[in-house]
Amino acid sequence: MLVHVTDEAIDPGDLAAGFYRRHPDAAVATFAGFVRDFNDEGNVDSLFLECYVEMATRVLTDLGTTAQERFGLRAWQIVHRFGQMETEDPIVFVATSADHRGEAFAGCEFVMDTLKTDAPFWKREHSGDEGQWVTVKAVDKDRRERWSTEGLDQ
Amino acid sequence: MTITVKFFSLIREAVETEQLTLELSDSLTTVEALKNELGLRGEAWSEALSHPNLIQAVNQRVVFQEEGIKDGDEVAFFPPMTGG
Repeated sequence: MLVHVTDEAIDPGDLAAGFYRRHPDAAVATFAGFVRDFNDEGNVDSLFLECYVEMATRVLTDLGTTAQERFGLRAWQIVHRFGQMETEDPIVFVATSADHRGEAFAGCEFVMDTLKTDAPFWKREHSGDEGQWVTVKAVDKDRRERWSTEGLDQ
Repeated sequence: MTITVKFFSLIREAVETEQLTLELSDSLTTVEALKNELGLRGEAWSEALSHPNLIQAVNQRVVFQEEGIKDGDEVAFFPPMTGG
């Protein structure tokens, strides 16, 4: 499955092993994101990730297809968790394969940078009894914008 | 015409609603007109839907508020996304 959006636990190790078996191409890059235990204001105990599932599936599919065309990927996979999570739980897994490492790295980074601002997920971090919706960080906007300003968009 | 409207995150909390199915006049033809119509439900609605960072989607695609709507469409309102 190229795109999987799920409220069940994901295992990046199993996902990576499966991708390597199915796509033993010259260059394979993988990325896994986990729930952090801190933010700018202190400790984070848990995370609720809200999702518009139908739209997320569509956006991630479009994103993978764009990455495949733009970087000449041979294969790709995007898996994103939503719902209630604890610190250190895996949130997201991205894998890309290509004929050369540059394309595989770039494709993986492009997917992650774009996913953070374009896919309909919303993080709410909890610390003790307090919960707070996460706002978009400038660095995430900048990283997303970088892929446009380099003139490489489709 | 019948329109499904969904709300997420801060917007869902502000209007205390996840989803609505609305029977609307065919003369209501844009997302902006739908926002104005929903804003008549009260201050919480008008404030949430006039938020400067509000994003709207029609049939799971992000659009400008001038986008047209038609019978059977699914419209969603939400704040900037923070996935990954």
